[in-house]
Amino acid sequence: MYQERIRTIVAKSVKLSKDINDIQDSDDLYSVGLTSLTTVNLMLSLEDEFDIEFDDNRLSRQTFESIAALNDAVEELSA
Amino acid sequence: MEAHALRTFAQIKATVHELGQSIVAAHADDVDQQARFPHEAFAALRSERLLSSYVPSSFGGDGLSLTEVSELCRILGHYCSSTAMIYAMHQIQVACIVHHGQDSVYFSRYLRQMCEQQLLLASATTEMGVGGDLRSSICHVEVADDQFTLTKQAPVISYALHSDAILVTCRGHKDAPASDQVQVLVETQKTKLTPLTGWDTLGFRGTCSAGFTLEAQGHKDQILPTPFSVVLAHTMHPVSHLTWGSLWTGMAQGATNKARLAVRDMMRRSDELPQVTALRLAELDEVLFSMKGGLAGAMQAYQAMLDDNNLFQAEKYGFAIQVNNVKTRCSEMVVDVVGKALQIVGIGGYRNDGKYSLCRELRDAHGAALMVNNDRIRGHNATMQVVVKES
Repeated sequence: MYQERIRTIVAKSVKLSKDINDIQDSDDLYSVGLTSLTTVNLMLSLEDEFDIEFDDNRLSRQTFESIAALNDAVEELSA
Repeated sequence: MEAHALRTFAQIKATVHELGQSIVAAHADDVDQQARFPHEAFAALRSERLLSSYVPSSFGGDGLSLTEVSELCRILGHYCSSTAMIYAMHQIQVACIVHHGQDSVYFSRYLRQMCEQQLLLASATTEMGVGGDLRSSICHVEVADDQFTLTKQAPVISYALHSDAILVTCRGHKDAPASDQVQVLVETQKTKLTPLTGWDTLGFRGTCSAGFTLEAQGHKDQILPTPFSVVLAHTMHPVSHLTWGSLWTGMAQGATNKARLAVRDMMRRSDELPQVTALRLAELDEVLFSMKGGLAGAMQAYQAMLDDNNLFQAEKYGFAIQVNNVKTRCSEMVVDVVGKALQIVGIGGYRNDGKYSLCRELRDAHGAALMVNNDRIRGHNATMQVVVKES
């Protein structure tokens, strides 16, 4: 369960249109300001924070679309 | 609904070649000189029911695959770049509806209507003030009592005045962030288009890509149910670059064919193989070969996703980079190929009235890298290159 640490990173790497605390785990991050370009910053920050590496197969919109999806990815990659 | 005999892809291709050699080629110079819409070409394409080639047969279309539709774009590219580009742009919008609108009662009915009436679709994506970024909108669709209103300052709506409908991107509601976009189908006849900019360019003059303030209204069902971010990643982005890459390859093929005819003429005159020009022709074909190869690889990858009904694969950065490479490489190689063809043909290619004139082709070729600027696309690729492990 990495949601809180992920939230801190999302708030730092993405120019969000609303407060991170008003975003639910399942909310679509792309509709609150995440873009394909800021996804890169987000990914690099997550790799550093959790000492993981996103494989190419995971590099797509779905992986980054919500806090919940990011949590799944981080859990699987750090397992 | 009127029944239409099924036709094979080979028959369709033959028809497009026939139209290309006759009507499309015959008016290409006038379309270019007058910077006007290729009316004759589209009247012919309509009468041969070629505007619905990508629509599934259950709706009344030919149900061709994207690979096949792209081949039609390539064929048209031999004869008139503007006609081929308009045909490709229309197919991109059709693909957005075919892939993302079939679950909607309105859009499935519209698909049938498109086939019956051979409707031509245009697109309004970019907007004044967003700097060419497709993924940002300032304008929004306002819905009240099942009806919507929408106003957009669009710096480019290709062939707007000649279209039957325009797919317009905008924010989904008045409080939505710039990236929370939808596509709305507006009927051109019911839309007020006030000119903003004209279209007097070096090439692709027939696409009539002028700018307009668009004011539209209609029923809320005309809003495509899938978010634009998904439509773009799954369909518009790959289909655009693959159909454009195809028509540019067709332009390059057309120029190469002219160069070959010129070399043959030289040989007939002297009875000997003209050493230098023949060698240049061989080199030229190598460039064309790489162009075709890069395009075919990306086309195969996307067609496989379509065949597996798994467009989520198109979201992968590796694939997005590959499709962007089709755009940047093919658009630059077409300039290279036409330029090399001109060297082979010589002064006859440089003359507007030459038998193998390449003037129009050369001017058109330069547009490919500029319309949706390659540097912008390379910028996206640069970012994605940082995160992928292997391309």
